[in-house]
Amino acid sequence: MAINWFKYSSPASFYTLAGKMIPFFVVLAIVLLIAGLYVGFFVAPTDFQQGEAYRIIFIHVPAAWMSMFLYVVMAFWAGIGLAFNTRLSSMFATAIAPTGAMFTFLALWTGALWGKPMWGTWWVWDARLTSELILLFLYIGFMSLQAAIDDPRRADKAGAILALVGVVNIPIIYFSVQWWNTLHQGASVSVNQAPAMATTMLLGMLIMVFASWMYSIAVILKRVRVIILERESHAAWVAELQKKGAI
Amino acid sequence: MGGYGFYVWGSYIVTFICIAGEIILISNRRRTLERQFSLIHDLDNKETKNETTS
Repeated sequence: MAINWFKYSSPASFYTLAGKMIPFFVVLAIVLLIAGLYVGFFVAPTDFQQGEAYRIIFIHVPAAWMSMFLYVVMAFWAGIGLAFNTRLSSMFATAIAPTGAMFTFLALWTGALWGKPMWGTWWVWDARLTSELILLFLYIGFMSLQAAIDDPRRADKAGAILALVGVVNIPIIYFSVQWWNTLHQGASVSVNQAPAMATTMLLGMLIMVFASWMYSIAVILKRVRVIILERESHAAWVAELQKKGAI
Repeated sequence: MGGYGFYVWGSYIVTFICIAGEIILISNRRRTLERQFSLIHDLDNKETKNETTS
């Protein structure tokens, strides 16, 4: 049986599909979060250098990875919306931005709380920290720009250009620890090297990464459904759903 | 937490506040919308009733 994927590019059919998908991702997120916190706090050993303070890693790294990943996904959908004039793609980009901004803030916040005991300072203007701060400004800029334009389709287009230009910052954040001399350490986990941390620490961190992933999907789907309803409130299908009480 | 409690719990608590905040904000946004829809629905019903009676 062939699935007609284009069917789901229409907000009306995607609205129903997303509603069915959300509980699945919510359950996965909760299970992974509990497992990740259990491994992080009860299984992973105390670090020989950093003591217990390193346990911030279980939210710092997932938050930092999500902040960059979500930005790329947001720019991708914004770009697709700009190129093909597909409404749902642009709605997705709009729905991703607040979650991405939240993870960026958390990466900075937990980084500051980790930096103080380990480096002796909350903040330094080094390349990694500064480029991550710029990422937060890009998210805020994207949201403000969209909020400032009344016509949603024009807001989508303007936001898409900002999002696409901002993508240049992602490799800068990622490679900043190699390109410049930073106080922030280099990558502990990379594709072509064995991870430089204990297996249980790595396991806890990876489970938390998947938990953040599932959480993001659930919350973005929830937000995109609200955005669909807001923008399509005058459409016949919304009235139809309203009549059936299936909104 | 070996003397690092402030930093570790400070990270975790703020994270959970952010997550809870995000969920509450979306739910509120949705509830406002639902309220608007049911208001419009009620008005529509009233209008049709008036049209049939007059």
